[in-house]
Amino acid sequence: MPDKRDVTLAVNGKTYAVSVEPRRSLADVLRDDCGLTGTHLGCEHGVCGACTVLVNEKPVRACLMFGVQAEGKTVRTVEGLADGDTLHPLQQAFWENHGLQCGFCTPGFLMLAAGALQENPDMTDDDIKDVLSSNLCRCTGYQNIVKAVRLAAREMRARARI
Amino acid sequence: MSFVGRSLRRIEDRPLLMGQGAFAADCNWSGQLHMRVVRSPVAFGRILSIETEEAAALEGVVAIWTIADFDDLPPIDFRQMGLERLAPYRQFVLARDYVRYVGEPVAIVVAVDPYVAEDAADLVFCDIEELAPQLDATAEPVAFMPDVHPGLMSEPAVIRRGYGDLDAAFARAHKVVALEVKIGRHTGVPMETRGGLCVYDTDKDTLTLYGAAKVPHYNRDAISRMLRLAPGRLELSEGHVGGGFGIRGELYPEDVLVCAAALRLKRPVKWIEDRREHLLAANHSRDQVYRLKAAVDSSGFILGLQADFFTDQGAYVRTHGTTVTDLSAGLLPGPYVIPAYGVAGHIRLTNKTPAGTYRAPGRYESTFARERLIDQVAAELGLSPVEVRRVNLIGETAMPFDRGFETLGTKVVYDSGKYADLLERVLAHLDHDRLQAQLAERRSRGELVGLGLGYFVEKSGLGPQDLVRMRLDARGEIEIVTGVASVGQGVETALAQICAETLQVPIERIRVIHGQTDRIEIGFGAFASRVTVMAGSAVKIAAEALRASALEVAAKLLQTTPEALHLANGMIETVNGSASLALADVAAHLEETGGLTGEGRFASSHMTYPYGIHAAQVRVDPATCAVTIERYVVAYDVGRAVNPMLIEGQIVGGVAQGVGGAFLEEFVYDENGQPLAASFADYLMPTCHEVPEVEVILREDAPSPLNPLGVKGAGEGGINAAGAALAGAIDAAIQKPGAVTQLPITPGRLHAILRARLR
Repeated sequence: MPDKRDVTLAVNGKTYAVSVEPRRSLADVLRDDCGLTGTHLGCEHGVCGACTVLVNEKPVRACLMFGVQAEGKTVRTVEGLADGDTLHPLQQAFWENHGLQCGFCTPGFLMLAAGALQENPDMTDDDIKDVLSSNLCRCTGYQNIVKAVRLAAREMRARARI
Repeated sequence: MSFVGRSLRRIEDRPLLMGQGAFAADCNWSGQLHMRVVRSPVAFGRILSIETEEAAALEGVVAIWTIADFDDLPPIDFRQMGLERLAPYRQFVLARDYVRYVGEPVAIVVAVDPYVAEDAADLVFCDIEELAPQLDATAEPVAFMPDVHPGLMSEPAVIRRGYGDLDAAFARAHKVVALEVKIGRHTGVPMETRGGLCVYDTDKDTLTLYGAAKVPHYNRDAISRMLRLAPGRLELSEGHVGGGFGIRGELYPEDVLVCAAALRLKRPVKWIEDRREHLLAANHSRDQVYRLKAAVDSSGFILGLQADFFTDQGAYVRTHGTTVTDLSAGLLPGPYVIPAYGVAGHIRLTNKTPAGTYRAPGRYESTFARERLIDQVAAELGLSPVEVRRVNLIGETAMPFDRGFETLGTKVVYDSGKYADLLERVLAHLDHDRLQAQLAERRSRGELVGLGLGYFVEKSGLGPQDLVRMRLDARGEIEIVTGVASVGQGVETALAQICAETLQVPIERIRVIHGQTDRIEIGFGAFASRVTVMAGSAVKIAAEALRASALEVAAKLLQTTPEALHLANGMIETVNGSASLALADVAAHLEETGGLTGEGRFASSHMTYPYGIHAAQVRVDPATCAVTIERYVVAYDVGRAVNPMLIEGQIVGGVAQGVGGAFLEEFVYDENGQPLAASFADYLMPTCHEVPEVEVILREDAPSPLNPLGVKGAGEGGINAAGAALAGAIDAAIQKPGAVTQLPITPGRLHAILRARLR
């Protein structure tokens, strides 16, 4: 079997020392080696965005990056979004507005929106739609996802002003 | 407090939002092996040999098996709508003698690591003598498997239905309107690919398959039969399911293979499909050609309808048997009277991925055909499409309306409906006359804008039955156990609301267990928009039984009569408020005598028939042939809405898929039968940019008389008439009636239409 390499990953503020083949995708390393199965794989070639995580706080398709490339970078996954039992405003807004059905694409949408709002908290409705059009959902028809992100953005801006 | 009818947020969402879901790929077991399927690289051919030596030599490979190693496994049987003459067309778990489509399982590799399994699968060489593939379902039938089944042709069955005197109808026709239309090959494509983990328990000598979906009980029994396992040796367990849409959870070769491998190796074996495999191997759907001929009078009333259509079934007949073709034939007449009707639905095999049901199977297609026909009748008679629909609708007083034949083995009797009323409501909502004037004015200024309508009748709530057991414990928590399944549509919340309505307990205190074959002896699963109708009714019955027991015990404890008691917020109170008791206390009191429980069984031999209308307003850009949906309205009567927010979610999600089928999604094959849409780069699904805001008009005007809740299923109305309405809108936009005869309406096809229009 191909050789493995020792890597140390910083995921959601925790350190994971793992030994992985260089060819393993970051998504597989997160899921199989770190046990963080909240990051989902929908296509494994960068189209659907279900595997979106934040690498150095920017949204990244975890299926298009090797695990070994994440050495020395910070990774945030959906498991790191809530504050303990308190949901992140995006998670809360998805819940209140029925922004998920089967929930498979949801972690990717949450991390995509979290990264985008971090970069620009004042996105217009059209900006939000542009960003969200990079991920696929097959259940909701997107209406409630877009609505949830708009409302969460408003909530996050209101909190930031306090 | 009322729970049914409220848009409550879902009880199942929290783990899904936190990344704590348990989808098939999230299940792991210590010491698990990984299965990879070797698939046919060619569309049709005779297998000469399968060379595995090089793959077997790879470190980490545990086993490589072909059909020779599973020679005793029978083909996968029909779950419904099987016919004896279809039997030879069933698919074996691995190709035997011939391969019949690109993607057909030929061998499996089991290895210690999924990457190694994939490496090894790439090294397996399939030596296949290629034959000319059959790729057109309307062409003359050819041999299914020459040599192996001499004389067996690629048309396994023709589904015929009819009533009335067609000859007389055509003899007195004012005009005969003919039409040929085609619906492209596309399918459900849930975001989660298929997968499963089968765990062998050495102590008990049993198997458990995790990752089950849709019909766990049926699949348990079917796999057990195939592997000759005694009852109790195999259980299926459903975790979270990442979308169903009809295709996920049917019994596929891989489900049987992962169990067979675990049984043979006595180790846990996991199989997770990749997206390419999914697009090549999971059920395709749609892909029908309709040839319609209608005899009409001068008012546009259809005196008789003669229909021939062809279903491209792909390489084999899978678990659904004749379902799609049968439903197409059964519901083609839709909401219209049509006093004489004759239909022949040809099931034709080709060398493409086998097909099955996809959300609104046979209806997305037949609604497109029928509504195109209605528009054509209007155009040829110079009438408005609205008027032609109006004169043909079945009247309120004709309900229940008996079509006079069967579909899915049950009589087609529309249980209730106010069809004309719904049409007028939609026209009023649109301010139709004014809107048409506005559109005409915009067209006069050179814009290509138009409005299209699609009227449809859905069907839901297929029986035969469902069972629910309910228990309220000493903490006041309720557990509902049901044999239905969840594919992500909100089953837990809907069932909890129905329970809460009777027991007056907050839904957060209710837990719904579904899809676990070891928890309940029967279950018919999640398909045909049946869960709320069947399991919902069973929940109501069970909750009423539990309530009656609770009141009886409480009456004794409070020294009164059950009639003098009522339930509120988890408490049982006397009507005058003088005394009360917690439901939890009644449960505690009964703990030693079996607890506070209720059981409900609901059986039904008839389906319910929800109905609705799609209205689409589009703008066509003549330069790019891009179509912008300016407005989209869906009116849908579901009898009674348990949770309007969830129903709207179903409708909007359905529209999105309908838009995909109308504009984007198509499994295209080249002349050798090689699939050209085998990734999300080529099989295009709508993003939030392509899906319009949907205005939902949710109606409860015609409750179903067939179940205690009055509900009709809500899962499929959102997709049903999308192709029909959008096609009509484009015709209107370019002012060329009958222009759109094929879905999807790609820019290329629209360009050809526009070019022809200019000539």
